[in-house]
Amino acid sequence: MSKTNLLDRRSVVSSLLKHRKDAIVVGGLGASTYDIAAAGDHARNFYLWGAMGGAVMIGLGLALAQPKLPVVVITGDGEMLMGMGSLATVGLQKPANLSIVVLDNESYGETGGQMSHTASAADLVGVARACGIADSRSLDTLAEIEAFAPALQDVAAGPRFASVKIDAANLERVLSNRDGMFVLTRLRGALGFNPI
Amino acid sequence: MHARADAPADQATDQGSSWPEDIFAILQRFDVRQVPYVPDAGHSELIQRVLKSSTMRGIPLTTEEEGVALLAGAWAGGQRGVLLMQSSGVGNCINMLSLTQIFRLPFLTLVTMRGEWGEFNPWQVPMGSSTQGVFELSGIKVLRASHPQEVREVMEAAASQAYNACTPTAVLLSQRLIGTKVFVK
Repeated sequence: MSKTNLLDRRSVVSSLLKHRKDAIVVGGLGASTYDIAAAGDHARNFYLWGAMGGAVMIGLGLALAQPKLPVVVITGDGEMLMGMGSLATVGLQKPANLSIVVLDNESYGETGGQMSHTASAADLVGVARACGIADSRSLDTLAEIEAFAPALQDVAAGPRFASVKIDAANLERVLSNRDGMFVLTRLRGALGFNPI
Repeated sequence: MHARADAPADQATDQGSSWPEDIFAILQRFDVRQVPYVPDAGHSELIQRVLKSSTMRGIPLTTEEEGVALLAGAWAGGQRGVLLMQSSGVGNCINMLSLTQIFRLPFLTLVTMRGEWGEFNPWQVPMGSSTQGVFELSGIKVLRASHPQEVREVMEAAASQAYNACTPTAVLLSQRLIGTKVFVK
């Protein structure tokens, strides 16, 4: 069930990544990975097709390994709910170069649109803030998204967390690469690491 | 009472150091940088060493599967890591262990065993009994150390195959090695 005035997920992600520069972008399992692929394939895109609940932790491992590079995790509400403890782990480590963006359609879109906990009860912005991520906010308009996008480049003032309420419409899938070794090796190569 | 039984008389290794020190030295030599963990008494000395280290970062987790995902990200970003947990945490990792296969990760985990060798708490036994099987079904090679004197060579082999051959490996540190937890004196 779509509510009115909610944002289009593809517009949100393409706006966030329009001036991505050197940023590494991790896409959570499901539609978030399609949104990142739709915004344009990139050697620094790290697409997940499984490991539900792991997107933020993968982003944290990357952020700690590459503290001078911005790391952006873009995932959905269901994926974030499954890894909610990782917000506490991020809140403890406080990686200054990590940003987490949740595309919240209040449902499990990939499996038939079943309602998620964020529809009426769970407040992920509140959870993130309570876990020690002081810069936690909700973004409600495309203008706010555009104003927020430059912060994703910052590597000194994170971690930051943003939740964007999006339209629950199921868009046509834009399939990214799904070979983990290809995606991993390509990213490592872009960062200057050779295969073993 | 949650104290552990006194360390066995043969706690010291052939080289005169304690086995947790042996582990730390090998991790250091292999340039391990990220050390996610869920605490366990059997890992306490190693965790202390990691938290004092200038080259390693100890990262407390809320659940063990976070550590598997963290190490995937670390490797994508060029760093090696090791996951410290106890046997009951292995079950929490199962789906996330798919990352070790999908990315052929240089994955190493050190697992302190419960539910064996004189265990007092029956609740530890089911997961402790299936720990090795869970790893093997998940495509992880399993090595075990039961005596202080063998920790060094088992760790050396595990770190070599994990980091040099990208062969995901778990080292089980036996309850016999870490000492059975004492609940009632």
